[in-house]
Amino acid sequence: MLTINVEQRLEGAVVRLTGDVDLSASPQLRSYLKELVRAETPRIIADMGGVSYIDSSGVATLVECLQGVSRYGGRLRLAALNKRTLGVFEISRLDTVFSIHATVEEALRA
Amino acid sequence: MTTQTRPDAMTFSVPSNPACLAVVRAAVEKLAHLAGFGEQEAGRIVLAVDEACTNIIRHQYGGRYDQRFDLEMRLDPEAGILELALRDYGPERDPSLFRGRELKDVRPGGLGLHIIREVMDEVEYSAAPGGGMVLKLSKRVRSA
Repeated sequence: MLTINVEQRLEGAVVRLTGDVDLSASPQLRSYLKELVRAETPRIIADMGGVSYIDSSGVATLVECLQGVSRYGGRLRLAALNKRTLGVFEISRLDTVFSIHATVEEALRA
Repeated sequence: MTTQTRPDAMTFSVPSNPACLAVVRAAVEKLAHLAGFGEQEAGRIVLAVDEACTNIIRHQYGGRYDQRFDLEMRLDPEAGILELALRDYGPERDPSLFRGRELKDVRPGGLGLHIIREVMDEVEYSAAPGGGMVLKLSKRVRSA
C-alpha cells in the first residue's frame, strides 16, 4: 500500500511517498507524477523517507518522470532514501543517473 | 536445551494480483532470515523474487489478475542454500530469448531480469511439464 501526498512549495513540488512502491502502487504514483510533468513543474522532489520497499516498476516510474521533466528543462530529485531503497537504484546502476539527496531540504536547496 | 525447527520446504499458490506480492515478499524475507542471510542480502533476495513474480504477471499472464502461479521455497540449512522455484501456467517460451535491457540505455522497464541475475547465484528457466515455465533460483549463504 502506498500513500502519496503532494505539497506545493515555492521551491517546487514535494511528493511524499509512504509505503511500498511496487507493481500494484506504481500506476498510482505514475498518474501523480504525470500530472506534475504535464503542468511543467520546474522542480519535483520525491520524498522517499517513508518508502519501505521499491521494485523495478517503481524505479521505472521515476525514470519516466525524469525523462519527462528533462524535456522542458525541469528537475526531479530523490530525497531521504533508506539503505534498502538506495540499494535498488545501485543494483540498477541508476544511482548516478538520479540526483539523490540525504534530506528533502537539501534537495530543495540543490 | 532447545531445538530449532526450520521450515524446510513450502509451496504457495499465488494469485496473479500484484496486491498479493506484499505477502510473498514477507514470506521470502522471513525464510531468508531463517536461512542465515543478513538484513541487506535478505532485502536483495526479496527484490529478486518479487521481480520474478512481476515478470510472470506481466509477461506470462499479460497483466491478468485471475491466474495463479506456484512459488516453492526450500531451505537446505546444512548446505546453507536457499532454493526457490516459480512455476507459471502461461505459454512456453524460449529462455535464450530472455534478456534485460542494456543498463547504459536508461529508460523505463527491462530491469527485472537484470536484478534477478545480479542477486541470485543460480537462475535457470525451463519449460514446465504440461505447459508454462519454471524459474529455479538459488542463493548460498556466505559466512562472514
